[in-house]
Amino acid sequence: MSAPVSVSLLVNGEPIDAFVLPRLNLADFLRENLKLTGTHVGCEHGVCGACTVRVDGEIVRSCLMLTVQAQGALVETIEGVSDSGEIADLQVAFRERNALQCGYCTPGMLITAQDLLKHSPAPDRQAIREHLSGNYCRCTGYQAIVDAVEATAKTRAERGT
Amino acid sequence: MKAAAFAYARATSVVNALELLAVHGDKAKVLSGGQSLMPAMNLRLLSPEILVDIGGLAELRGIAMRGDVLVVGALTRHVDLLRSPEIALNAPLLRDAVSHVAHPAIRNRGTIGGSLAHADPASELPACVVALDATIVARGPTGERRIAATEFFKGIYETALSPDELLVAIEVPVIGQGSTFFFQEYARRHGDYAVVGLAARAVVAAGRFSDLRLGFFAVGDRPLLAAAAGKLINASVNPGLLAEAATALTNELDPQEDQQATAAMRRHLATVLFRRCVAALLARPELEMGVAK
Repeated sequence: MSAPVSVSLLVNGEPIDAFVLPRLNLADFLRENLKLTGTHVGCEHGVCGACTVRVDGEIVRSCLMLTVQAQGALVETIEGVSDSGEIADLQVAFRERNALQCGYCTPGMLITAQDLLKHSPAPDRQAIREHLSGNYCRCTGYQAIVDAVEATAKTRAERGT
Repeated sequence: MKAAAFAYARATSVVNALELLAVHGDKAKVLSGGQSLMPAMNLRLLSPEILVDIGGLAELRGIAMRGDVLVVGALTRHVDLLRSPEIALNAPLLRDAVSHVAHPAIRNRGTIGGSLAHADPASELPACVVALDATIVARGPTGERRIAATEFFKGIYETALSPDELLVAIEVPVIGQGSTFFFQEYARRHGDYAVVGLAARAVVAAGRFSDLRLGFFAVGDRPLLAAAAGKLINASVNPGLLAEAATALTNELDPQEDQQATAAMRRHLATVLFRRCVAALLARPELEMGVAK
């Protein structure tokens, strides 16, 4: 019944063609098949946010998306957005402010924070908290993460980017 | 956990999706945004034999005015409702409600049709369509049928849809002048499922309700259109009348007890929301104080 299905997508700009079982979710496909292990798998039911990636420019939970649903899609992972330099300043701010300890939530936090800064360049702390509310961190207590995102928003505004 | 194995069919059109549903019947599940279905499958609460993926059917996505009816395609995503000028102008209740649905990454994938067909009694959009007196449009092998939102929800995760039908659109009547809306919910944290919530639509003229529809959610096995609202229609609302209506409301609610709240707590919170709603819609803050027993 559940035969492999062909799927073609772009991952971090690279065309990928694969045959996958329908039950394979996008997070596992990225990690197991493509060895892009920066996308983390926490709760596997959409609550923790560790598996957040961008699909066609919008953040999604890759544990709640089947690989076969990504047919024709443009998928960007933490590897893609860090290699391109898109979030270099955000990564520096996270490091400087101790906005990560174990690092498990960090890829999802970074992608979600970058999504906020793209849509709303000058968010207040409440807006930052709200946008990150679907991403759990069990180490930092969130203050440092909010600090880092706020600081990045300010530096970007000063640079005019 | 991971979902159990299943077969997968990517529908190429609504007609094709209906053919697939006709073949597979209740062994199939329709996949739209997957934000309720996938968690249920990953937790092995559901193990359909086949998923019929309608996610690519662009014909089912979009928001448009048709006369004085706002037509929302089933695949319209929560984020579309948040950003749509037509929704903001004609049915701001949906926008206000969706901001309470989960988190941005979920709202980018979740669809209105999926949420309604899933029929979780604690979710926001079912109560909204009840309050808005909307009509659910379903297509099946013999054609299209229209189901009043008040008749659509049958129980926990149960709707009037049969296994060979597809929810294709939601029609919301637009009243325009004089209509006002209210949406609030109690949740442990913003984005969590509600402990109790209220979605309301009213028509107010000269300080009176000429219409008042109160859609409560998380107070029973389906969204409840509160009959107690009738006591306030075409009446001069004073604290006594409001207290009487609040008592009538607690009598018609049949909330469940779960780890979030007892039935008594839900009844109490429902009356708090009720008072707050009436006070806000009539712009009479003093009514909210009332008798808070």
